[in-house]
Amino acid sequence: MKSSNSITHTVQDAFRNTTFSNLVKKDISKSIIPSVMNPEFIDCPKCKRRAFKHTWEKNYFACPNCGQYKPIGGYYRLSLILDKGTFNEMDYDLTANNPIDFPGYEEKLENQEKKSGLKEAVITATGKIGGIPVVTVVLDSRFFMGSMSTIVGEKVTRAIEYATKRKLPLIIFSASGGARMQEGIYSLMQMAKTAAAIEEFSENGGLYISFLTHPTTGGVTASFATLGDITLAEPGALIGFAGPRVIEQTINAKLPKGFQRSEYLESHGFVDKIVERSQMRDTLIDLLKLHNTKGSEHIMTVVK
Amino acid sequence: MIRDILAQTEQIDHQIASLTDSLKSENEDSPAAIRMTEEISVLSSARKALLDTCTSLTPEDKVFLARHINRPHVDDIIDALFTDFFEQKGDHLYDEDRSIYGGIARYNGIPVTVIGHRKGHSVEDNIKYNFGMPRPEGYRKALRLMEQAEKFRRPIITFVDTPGAYPGKEAEEHGQGEAIAKNLAAMSRLTVPVITVVTGEGNSGGALAISIANKILMLENAVYSVLSPEGFASILWKDSSRHAEACEIMKLTADDLLTANVADEIVKEPLGGAQADPDTLYKNLDIALSTNLKQLMAYTPEQVLAQRRHKFRCIGRIEDSIVSMVN
Repeated sequence: MKSSNSITHTVQDAFRNTTFSNLVKKDISKSIIPSVMNPEFIDCPKCKRRAFKHTWEKNYFACPNCGQYKPIGGYYRLSLILDKGTFNEMDYDLTANNPIDFPGYEEKLENQEKKSGLKEAVITATGKIGGIPVVTVVLDSRFFMGSMSTIVGEKVTRAIEYATKRKLPLIIFSASGGARMQEGIYSLMQMAKTAAAIEEFSENGGLYISFLTHPTTGGVTASFATLGDITLAEPGALIGFAGPRVIEQTINAKLPKGFQRSEYLESHGFVDKIVERSQMRDTLIDLLKLHNTKGSEHIMTVVK
Repeated sequence: MIRDILAQTEQIDHQIASLTDSLKSENEDSPAAIRMTEEISVLSSARKALLDTCTSLTPEDKVFLARHINRPHVDDIIDALFTDFFEQKGDHLYDEDRSIYGGIARYNGIPVTVIGHRKGHSVEDNIKYNFGMPRPEGYRKALRLMEQAEKFRRPIITFVDTPGAYPGKEAEEHGQGEAIAKNLAAMSRLTVPVITVVTGEGNSGGALAISIANKILMLENAVYSVLSPEGFASILWKDSSRHAEACEIMKLTADDLLTANVADEIVKEPLGGAQADPDTLYKNLDIALSTNLKQLMAYTPEQVLAQRRHKFRCIGRIEDSIVSMVN
């Protein structure tokens, strides 16, 4: 945007920023499920201990007592990593259709939209991190468990293509229950589509940081999520291809403790680093700078 | 139901065989022989009449045929249509996965790389080949073979027939997801022609991992979907016994896949399924394979790459590509 000093753009930017902060606020309020006993507190679903709402929030919705991560909304996550006022959403208006005429799918989609306030399970956006322009993608598990639909695949692919064209680094936060069953073969084909887009991006020298969050499974794991140059994971996230229940049924045995969790994957050689939410932005800035992207020159001038 | 029809034709086949046998010991003109010959001809027309009712099969019927234990598999097809097959084993990293069969062979005299899921025709073989369910090592073997094909400029022909990726503990620990993803990405950059034939059931990532092809052919009764109908029913309704219902709504038949622009061509099967008359199937498949291969081999490497990328990019593409802001 060359003429960002023009009135139209100032108004547009202001409008966009207000919308974004409203979406972030909504995300935060949805992460806060107050204690039944006292609305000022949140109970940890894991350790059952309670803490003040603001303590949870200050701790990025990790339990202040046991460290257990609560799922967070996509806009809130983006607010934690992007520079203020740089969020610019892509393809906001793309909504799911019913490619195999699956009975009752439209109603289900409506319910998901009502419940989550989202139109699909993914947010794609451009923005800046530490002054470096990036393309970011966040899969949001609150909509249909972050499952891969045609539109999820299409939005992810378009974001990757945009990053390829503009030579921007790409950061994808994955969270998915797997394929969107209601879209049949179309869902499966999104794996091929997104993986091919990543391949082309990579051939052009693009940096892709894949950030795995809870849960990353099925078709997302078996496509773009595991194709990162750098693979980061949130503590304790479930990451795998087949679900643990299916595996237990197949092998007819109990799985070891911590199986398919971030730490397990790290020790089995599939994750570069486990990163706490509080360290997310700093880690990304460090990595972006190390890859000497366009914006790093900008950073150097800022530092001087 | 095709299941019942096939059970009846099998019975008739049995009767015909035993009659033919006893006919041998009879004098040609004896009344018994005449009676038996008549009986055989009645049985044969009954068999034909039964098979004639197989023209409109339900999706569930097709799933049944796609999984038929006598259905021709990758090894049978290699025997029938290819020469000089040299099997290549192992991923040369960790293990040999027998559910994926592959190597170099000649097709119409041209060296090609062939890869496919292996199932076998008996329970013992099913177990040996893990029912055609690959582990990460299987995908990595396939990738090794495909990268060699790229190096030596050999076209690749893959045959898909799998219930899906094997959901085991080690499979997860060895990176099932990563192995499939790598294949998808690597296949998208191949510049040699790739043809995939879905011969039986093509389910989930286990099928997709060797199916990023320029042309996807489907045998008439083959099925291809996101998951097995049992798995689908289990996820959606928490009840895998509702697989018949799942077959009906999953849109997994060759016709459905043609409509979805995933499949490019359907290869006709003999009445009653490929197992009823494999030679007819091989003849039809040979025509389809050679036609498509000839067409693809006329492309430049750049065209081969562009055509494949375009094919997969277009599945579920939305044309308007304006980057829009919030609201």
